[in-house]
Amino acid sequence: MIRFAAGARVRARVADPDGHTRLPRYARGHVGEVVEVRATWQLPDEAVRGVFRSEPVYAVRFNAAELWGSGSHSVILDLWESYLEDAP
Amino acid sequence: MSGEHGELPVAARVRRLEERLIAAGLATDEELDDVLERVFTSASPVNGARMVARAWRDPGYRDRLLADGNAAAGELGFGAGTEGYLLKAVENTPAVHNMIVCTLCSCYPTALLGPSPSWYKSFAYRSRAVREPRAVLAEFGLELPDSTEIRVWDANSETRYLVLPRRTDDADEMDESELASLVTRNGLIGTAIR
Repeated sequence: MIRFAAGARVRARVADPDGHTRLPRYARGHVGEVVEVRATWQLPDEAVRGVFRSEPVYAVRFNAAELWGSGSHSVILDLWESYLEDAP
Repeated sequence: MSGEHGELPVAARVRRLEERLIAAGLATDEELDDVLERVFTSASPVNGARMVARAWRDPGYRDRLLADGNAAAGELGFGAGTEGYLLKAVENTPAVHNMIVCTLCSCYPTALLGPSPSWYKSFAYRSRAVREPRAVLAEFGLELPDSTEIRVWDANSETRYLVLPRRTDDADEMDESELASLVTRNGLIGTAIR
C-alpha cells in the first residue's frame, strides 16, 4: 500500500529515534516533494532489533533553502514511509 | 598508507569479527578470502566507465541505463557485482549536474567505481556536499555556471548512484574503449566533468 504519490509534499519527522535510523538529522522537520516510489524495503530502524517489516521507500527532493535557509541546489534522499508525514 | 592498515583499531576489530564468524561456523577463512579477492580484483571504475561509454555510443543503452541501472549493468556483465541494491543512474546535462554522497557512511556502487577514495568517506565531504556542493565542486576544479542546477543524491538507503557524465562532442569519432578511457572515478561520482 503506497501512501504518497509522486509530487506529494511530505515532511520528514522530527522525532529523534532511540537507536539506528536512516533518516539523517539534517532532513528532520523539513518539507520536500516525492520524486518517485523507490521500492519496498525492510525498515532498518526495526531490522537492527531483529524485527523485519517492509514498507515503501520514497525518493524525496528537498530544496537547499528549505534545509539550510540558503542555496539553490537540491538534495534527494530515500525515506521510508514511517519517516514521513503529510505536509500542507 | 595501505601498509599501515594492520595497525589501525578498525583492523583489529575486523580480525576479531572474522575470528568469531569462523568460530561460530558461519564462514570459513577461505570463504572470507574469496569474497575479498572477488571484490577487490573485479571492482573498478573501469566498469562504470564502460557503461558510460556504451551509453554515449548507443542511445538505446542510455535509455535502458536510466530506466533500470541493474539491468543495464547486467548487459555488460556486472550483474553479480550490483545485486543487493537498486542501481540508479543520473544523467548530467548542460542544465543539471548530479553528484553523489553518502552522509551516513560511504555507500556507492563499489563494483562499478572501485573502492571508494578516502575523501569520499571523510566527514568534510559528507557534510559539505549536501550543504554547499558548488563550493565543494570548485575545490575539485569544477566550476559550473550559475544557471546549472545541482542535484545531490544522498545514498542513505538501498539505492546506489552512478553519475552519467556529459557526452563529449566528438564521441562519434571515437570507439567505446577510447570513450571509456575519458571517464574517471570522480566523473562517476560527479566531482569531475568526466
